[in-house]
Amino acid sequence: MSDTFVLDGEDVPFVPGQSVLQAALSAGRYIPHLCYHPEFKPHGSCKVCTVKANSGLGSRYASSCTLPAQAGLEVESATEEMNELRRTLVQMLFAEGNHFCPSCEKSGSCALQALGADLGVMTAGFRHFYPDRPLDASHPDFLLDSNRCILCQLCMRASSEVDHKHVFVLSGRGITKHLIVNSASGRLADTDFALTDKAAEVCPVGVILKKRVGFAVPIGQRRFDQRPISAQALDDAPRPSDTSRGTA
Amino acid sequence: MTQTLQTILARHQFEPTRLLQILCDVQEAFSWIAPETITALASALGLPRARVEGVVGFYSFLYSDAPCRYRLLFSDNITDRMLGNQALITYLCEKLWVERGRISEDGLAYVETTSCTGLCDQGPALLVNGWAIPSLTRERLDMIAELVLAQTPVEQWPRELFAMENNIRRADILIGNLLQPGDALRAALFAAPPLGEAAESAANARSWREGLPAAEHGSMDLLEEIKRSNLRGRGGAGFTTGMKWEACRNASCEQRYVVCNADEGEPGTFKDRVLLSTQADLLFDGMTLCAYVIGGGGRGGGSTHGFLYLRGEYRHLLEPLNEVLARRRSAGLLGRDILGLAGFDFDIEIHLGAGAYVCGEESALIESLEGKRGVPRNRPPYPVTHGYLQCPTTVNNVETFCAAALVAAHGGDWYRSIGTAKSAGTKVLSISGDCARPGIYEYPFGVAVSQVLADCGAGETLAVQISGPSGVCIAAPEFGRRIAFEDLATAGAFTVFDTSRDMFEVARNFAHFFAHESCGFCTPCRVGTAILRATMDKIAAGHGTLHDLAEIERLDRVLNQSAHCGLGHTACNPTLDTLKRFRPSYQRRLKSLVFEPAFDLDGALAAARRMTGRDDAGAHLSMEAET
Repeated sequence: MSDTFVLDGEDVPFVPGQSVLQAALSAGRYIPHLCYHPEFKPHGSCKVCTVKANSGLGSRYASSCTLPAQAGLEVESATEEMNELRRTLVQMLFAEGNHFCPSCEKSGSCALQALGADLGVMTAGFRHFYPDRPLDASHPDFLLDSNRCILCQLCMRASSEVDHKHVFVLSGRGITKHLIVNSASGRLADTDFALTDKAAEVCPVGVILKKRVGFAVPIGQRRFDQRPISAQALDDAPRPSDTSRGTA
Repeated sequence: MTQTLQTILARHQFEPTRLLQILCDVQEAFSWIAPETITALASALGLPRARVEGVVGFYSFLYSDAPCRYRLLFSDNITDRMLGNQALITYLCEKLWVERGRISEDGLAYVETTSCTGLCDQGPALLVNGWAIPSLTRERLDMIAELVLAQTPVEQWPRELFAMENNIRRADILIGNLLQPGDALRAALFAAPPLGEAAESAANARSWREGLPAAEHGSMDLLEEIKRSNLRGRGGAGFTTGMKWEACRNASCEQRYVVCNADEGEPGTFKDRVLLSTQADLLFDGMTLCAYVIGGGGRGGGSTHGFLYLRGEYRHLLEPLNEVLARRRSAGLLGRDILGLAGFDFDIEIHLGAGAYVCGEESALIESLEGKRGVPRNRPPYPVTHGYLQCPTTVNNVETFCAAALVAAHGGDWYRSIGTAKSAGTKVLSISGDCARPGIYEYPFGVAVSQVLADCGAGETLAVQISGPSGVCIAAPEFGRRIAFEDLATAGAFTVFDTSRDMFEVARNFAHFFAHESCGFCTPCRVGTAILRATMDKIAAGHGTLHDLAEIERLDRVLNQSAHCGLGHTACNPTLDTLKRFRPSYQRRLKSLVFEPAFDLDGALAAARRMTGRDDAGAHLSMEAET
């Protein structure tokens, strides 16, 4: 049998080892998140899934993807305070990179855009950084456009944990932190990146794009055009076998 | 692969966890880390090439852009600025005919700034290829420029250029201790049954995990003394040392680590530099005592190994410290069967940092020790159970280990009787800024700021920054407050500003510091510190508005709620503290508008005015809208 913690006033069951976010998603409860992916070890860098956790030791803010679920924990997530924080974090990500949604091939399938729409982000809020970031079209099958990179490290985690290739790694520090690829030339073409890699599938935004399939699905019929990210995240979450998929 | 590279790799046993140490050696040997060197290192160490490149890219003192014979980095703490470092930078650039921030065409010189180098009491300072030079003047820069232009190797530069003062102005129980090397260790070890028969029988006894043998009382007793002393960590957070050691001792693992955090990066702090220069034996006694406690007296608790993580800026202390370690090994104070206690094995090695303030955070420091990018880990688990290589690890500040050695020598009750009820013992302060006698001052906890100011010869004091940018800034009405965990907790920095100073510029310098030092792991700190820096620059340029001040408060909220570590949590503190206490220095820079564009449209027309030779009213945008 499993223990429970409280999420926004309702009990959520969990199994030991689950984080608050994992337990919430498996119970059909959504907490907005971005760098978390059910197939990889969570690391809590985007901070979008931040919640307020109250326990006997007092209350603190924590990334729910890395916060271990504990019996008796009282978690506040769907509050104006937390959603205001998430809107600001999403705005920061938009301001940090070069995101031109109308011309982006990922528009409609982009987690950052979908999250912003779901949270009610209307503008970047901050002055844009307009960073000078390179475009790498060297690879025969991929376009690498780091203008849109949100540094979630999903490609990095997929490439090392699943593909065992380490094609993508981070370099730099602070605001100059950036994605690099595993080749002396710095070009994607000189790595062993391949179409069959897991890392080719996980980019939540439009950095790793497959060539020759652009705009295959018309805008308006894309993933997040159909249903908001909050609903789709629950569809993707691993669930106990006795629960049917999807709650919408 | 070159012979030099091969030698460096062999010195580090081709060990990937020593990647940062290898890179430091490569940087020193070749003046840069060339792309082909990265490839060679990666293949020799069995690491993905990009991982090596990613580590190089993280640390400020590792360069992969181009070779450069002399890298001259001026310390850019606010105290260096107050002592005129900006003019000196320009002066040196002119002398060397280089552009700041760009390697000269012939690859000879590079002049830039770096975060505080821990020489605030004898600034302005710079690092030349990692070696610190204090007390810069134009005359000294003339000499430096000549040496650079003559291409004299740094090791042949006159020693007086590198001469450093300890500036100890007030010593108390720690700095004034009369202990000989190993005294504290002997006091603790031989509070247990003395050597000879008892030690031998103890060596044959079962481990403390199975049942307490005779000598085991030694380490338990010492732990009790440390707990009784009420000693708290001196690095800033103030965690109870005894509890930390006990948790580490109780964690189950065959291997344990003692780590001394000598990554003293907080701007305005330099007391660890002086402690490392004058109290190295006391520090190593303290680390060895810690090993004794957490390793259960050497028997049954598995083996214990020590690291001293020395900030790259203190490169000049590496050889002297290694000499102390060598002397201690030959004196039986390190190595196998320390002081003849069978099974009590412990040794210490020194790892160098490479210019990353965030590595002062203990879990980032451990990542760095493992040869990785210094990114703070997710916690729990904490280092006491899952630290270096996932083994139980005790990380303490230099001063904490020194204090622990004093406790071992004189007892917990004695130590607790000094200071205040909640803050036992003394605190070593690094005092700099506007005062007649900057330097090191050791006080019992509870001393008032006003007392400290009087002692160091500060007059007309406007503000004091306590514990550096991540601490708190106080103004004159608060000078009655006390240095203690219960009032003004501090890691030791005490920076004095007199009434001639502009506190907005102080805060702006600190905002630049945090943006430069953010590791970039989490969104709020990576982007937030950059936004704060841009906002402060915008205000400095005369484009600030009341809206910007409100935005800074919002940023602070976001960083406090969601930043991954203390760097982000405290990044807005200097701005908010000075905004609260010295608001006029912000307000006089603001235009009295709710909105003011960062872009100066009329200014952008200046070029057109020059070209047309016009400067009449019609050639300017109307300023009437501004009221």
